[in-house]
Amino acid sequence: MALVEVKDVSKRFGGLTAVSDVDLTVNAGEVHCLIGPNGAGKSTLFKLIVGLYPPTKGSIFFDTVDITAERPYARVQRGMSIKMQAPSVFKELPVRQNIQIALQARFSGAERSTEEDRLLTLLNLAQDAGKLAGALSHGQQQWLEIGMALALQPQLLLLDEPTAGMSPEETFKTGELIKSFNAEGMTVLVVEHDMAFVRQVAQRVTVLHLGKIFARGNLEAILQDDKVAEIYLGKTHAH
Amino acid sequence: MFKLLDGPQTLGRGKIFWSCFFVVLVCALIYPLFADSYDVGNFSYFLIWIFMALGLCLMWGYGGMLSFGQTFFFGVAGYSYGVLAINMGGGTATIAALVLSVVVAMIAAGILGYFMIWGGISGIFFGIVTLSATLVLAFFLGQTAGPEWHIGTARLNGFNGMKGMDPLAVRDFYIEGSALYYVMIALIVVVYIALRMLVNSGIGNVIVATRENPQRAEMLGYDVRKYQLLTFVIGSGLAGLSGALYTSWGQFITPSSIGLPAAAMPIVWVAFSGRSDLTATLVGSFLLLFGFQTITVYSQQTALVLMGALLLATVMLAPQGFVLGIGKLVVDRWPGRRPRDAGPALADAVRLQSDET
Repeated sequence: MALVEVKDVSKRFGGLTAVSDVDLTVNAGEVHCLIGPNGAGKSTLFKLIVGLYPPTKGSIFFDTVDITAERPYARVQRGMSIKMQAPSVFKELPVRQNIQIALQARFSGAERSTEEDRLLTLLNLAQDAGKLAGALSHGQQQWLEIGMALALQPQLLLLDEPTAGMSPEETFKTGELIKSFNAEGMTVLVVEHDMAFVRQVAQRVTVLHLGKIFARGNLEAILQDDKVAEIYLGKTHAH
Repeated sequence: MFKLLDGPQTLGRGKIFWSCFFVVLVCALIYPLFADSYDVGNFSYFLIWIFMALGLCLMWGYGGMLSFGQTFFFGVAGYSYGVLAINMGGGTATIAALVLSVVVAMIAAGILGYFMIWGGISGIFFGIVTLSATLVLAFFLGQTAGPEWHIGTARLNGFNGMKGMDPLAVRDFYIEGSALYYVMIALIVVVYIALRMLVNSGIGNVIVATRENPQRAEMLGYDVRKYQLLTFVIGSGLAGLSGALYTSWGQFITPSSIGLPAAAMPIVWVAFSGRSDLTATLVGSFLLLFGFQTITVYSQQTALVLMGALLLATVMLAPQGFVLGIGKLVVDRWPGRRPRDAGPALADAVRLQSDET
């Protein structure tokens, strides 16, 4: 069953068409990766799905409801949650307060307190809970933002380059974390350049190029597509 | 409740802070017993402006909205009190006039705030629009000298100002002198405690999150516009409370209490004190008003020049605010403070020192 349906969506910025006539379906319960070179329109498509940009044309459905005209907060309340490309945490507030602000949208009282401790431990941030978020390393900020997104217990988790700035070990751990949440039923849409990470988590892959859908399918099929391998991934990555 | 009073958004926690708070409160309560009535009246006058400063602190320091409109709402409520008190008569009706005039200011804030916030106005443009509204109101009231400008029996009187309203009263008892002073103290305690609880609550968390990163806050499912509007209405309502109390205290109000020099004053008080903290704003604004009034007795022009110089010095030397900076020094050097509570204390100090917003 489709959780997200992007139908014939385009986005123009003046003379630049960042996303052109895109149709995309994300099924409930899958980990779906969007890949493609820089400037392909992946982040723009993300922002269209969460409502940060209004589409120039087309419609977006979430759980069969047309959400094209809804503001981002309303989409989040429906069950979406996003981690932005650049770490987007509250840098002048302590780590714990960042998590609290995210959690208070869903939990209250003792339940919130329990969940707060659980998330901080899960994210390896318990030791740094009193630090300012801006004082964390880039990778830790990525973790914190993923934690804030997870705190909402979304149906759909959108992750824009979640492993940028992370070490290979942290990247692997992030992949395992995503898989564990997916195993519990969470749908995940990921934009990622790191092909090892994509191999680790992806169940379905869509390739974007110049704002258009170039290919889609499971990762192995995509990697065996010579055009994709040569033009977008590079031979060395593909084989 | 105690958790909200001692939460992460406010400096000053624990037994020592609250002991000091009660000592200051007791001193304030017994002050009229030792001071002459002129000084008590003067102190009441200083305290009138504290509400406006606390309101700006909430909007600017916590919500990230620099409003030049505090005197706009001060004027709206001040004139409303005059109009209502004159038309409704004296006695207990003046209490109703006070409450209604604050409500009028909050409604005005709701309307102006709605168009600004839903219209996407933020940052420096927020300051420009609120300043424009303030100047428009001041100029408008300045040209209302003719007899045709009246509401009921209340004449607006242009630059000469509105007069003839009764002070606050309960039946035949006029709330003046020491009585007014005690009302002010009670109101300040209530407002201060309520604001502390607000900024340390879940709503306060979202207000601060909106200041830090409105897009991130919205991506957590909060309609940040509603929180901004709430902050603006409360902050402006407090300016309205100052305005209504001012009119009641002096039994007059003129457009000069709304215009540009007056509009700049709350900015100076809050910037000098430390916009990021309610206690710093409360203490700093009182000290500054006391100093300003003392100098004004000798030369009003000198006092205004000194205020301008103080604002410049604050921006150049202590952008986080002088009072807050001194408070932080005291907290940092307090014996045993750092080892026991180092993490949150450091986080608070850095946050409150930040001059990015």
